Amino acid sequence: MKKNPLWKVLNGIGLLLLITIFALPFVWMISTSFKTLGETMVFPPKWIPDNLLWENFSKAWNSGPFLKYFFNSTIVALGILVLQFATIIPAAYAFARYKFKGSNFFFGVTMVTLMIPTQLIFLPVYLQMSAWGLLDSLWALILPFASSAFGIFLLRQSFKQVPEELLEAARLDQASEWQIIMKIMVPMAKPVLITFAMFSFIAHWNDYFWPLVMTTTDASRTLPLGISKLREVDGGVAWNILMAGNLILVVPILFVFFFAQRQIIRAFVYTGVK
Amino acid sequence: MSLGKARPYIMIFPAILVFTLFFLYPIGYMIYLSFHDWNFISPDKNYVGFDNFATLLKDAKFMQVLQNTFIYSALTVSLTISISLLLALWLNRKGAMYGFVQGAIFSPHIISLVSISMLWMWLMDTDYGLLNWFLNLFGISNVPWLTDPKTSLLSLIIVAVWKGIGYYTLIFIAGLQSIPKDIYEAAALDDTSKVRTFFKLTLPMLSPTLFFLTIIGLIGSFQVFETISIMTGGGPINSTNTIVYYIYENGFRFFKIGYASTAGVLLLGIIGVFTILYFRLLSRKVHYQ
Repeated sequence: MKKNPLWKVLNGIGLLLLITIFALPFVWMISTSFKTLGETMVFPPKWIPDNLLWENFSKAWNSGPFLKYFFNSTIVALGILVLQFATIIPAAYAFARYKFKGSNFFFGVTMVTLMIPTQLIFLPVYLQMSAWGLLDSLWALILPFASSAFGIFLLRQSFKQVPEELLEAARLDQASEWQIIMKIMVPMAKPVLITFAMFSFIAHWNDYFWPLVMTTTDASRTLPLGISKLREVDGGVAWNILMAGNLILVVPILFVFFFAQRQIIRAFVYTGVK
Repeated sequence: MSLGKARPYIMIFPAILVFTLFFLYPIGYMIYLSFHDWNFISPDKNYVGFDNFATLLKDAKFMQVLQNTFIYSALTVSLTISISLLLALWLNRKGAMYGFVQGAIFSPHIISLVSISMLWMWLMDTDYGLLNWFLNLFGISNVPWLTDPKTSLLSLIIVAVWKGIGYYTLIFIAGLQSIPKDIYEAAALDDTSKVRTFFKLTLPMLSPTLFFLTIIGLIGSFQVFETISIMTGGGPINSTNTIVYYIYENGFRFFKIGYASTAGVLLLGIIGVFTILYFRLLSRKVHYQ
């Protein structure tokens, strides 16, 4: 059956169809982003615009303080990542390597939070942030994600796999627990840490919900919010400007994905299953 | 020596502090608020007992929201899982072409839902969208994807399935690859048919993955927000309003904090049931090799 040429042709057509279904929308996005507003209303649609209207991109970018949005997005995504590393590495080490009273209880608490989506508790967190005077600040976007139950869970698994003899040898050499973590544990868990970092960065870079809820002014808004505001320009929707704006958000990630496809897919599949 | 005993507690303290402040305490606070009437501005929170729960369960709009949420979740998860399983069986092959296709179908997964939502709003535009142009080629007249209550929820499901397929497919492929090859060789020696091999061998071996994806998918789809907020705003005529959006609307637009919290408590209950179900079934029914 595998050698049958008809099957080969059908298989090829099927694969091409799949690529079309998943890539064509992005091609359509790129095509629209270079059109004049008039060309977006031509029917049947034009695939290749007469002139490449590069100014759509500058129009989108200049429609708001995009440099500020970009800066905020970077601070938030990187800030979360740094704090997550600082909180999950010691916690995962303690859960993996120490026997202490209440360890099961505290690990249980950690796992319970894994099941609680932020979409569920945004309202009480909002009220709390408001009480602390942190609303509409980058702190409100960073602090709730300063640790990660998921990260602790992943990292604990890999810390557990490091052989005990290695740690005993290090302790005989008078290494402190801190040195053991930094010189033995972290290097051995590097693939898991990179996986987690990628996962976390993409999730928070793309996030729309939390900044939408927690911010009210441009001073603390992030890129996805800025892009979404492009819809509100002059009443009717200017699809060409809107798609240009979205391309600014999409292209960097697609570009990175194109070059690191294997690693990214492996990272997401790994964190999904294990 | 005293430091030795305190050390693990010091190490877990920052993480536990974050969880307590931003997950556990808010949940308690939400439950507390669900028994109160409060508009956020007035200094007093009025204790009303179970009134909010009673109002919520009598509210026809909320009943539709619940129904929308269940339809959305059931259809999104079942469609994504069945299509992805078929694609995984097909694409689980070596070769550059298959790798490329896997990458292509995965790419929507890493793109912001904001961009995905706006892209699909444009594709689903009634008069100038690509989707209707394509249907016109087959003589089908324009479909009002997002503007007709008959099709709006289905349109959001299409977007969710399109975005989710790549991730699910790759998890299934990972699951397929972890099945030992010699089992298949034995089946081939016995002349077992392909369909029989799939139902008797592959599917049972894949059941942990299947189960994991179903629960994760359901819990994830109960929280749908972005596509609704950007593409439909819950409309037309409440046809795409689901729980999280409803909580958002009541809390941030109508300032009915207690009422919104009550809906939150209900969602917490629903997700809790599925989580318990997950661990129950995981320990009993699911087949492990």
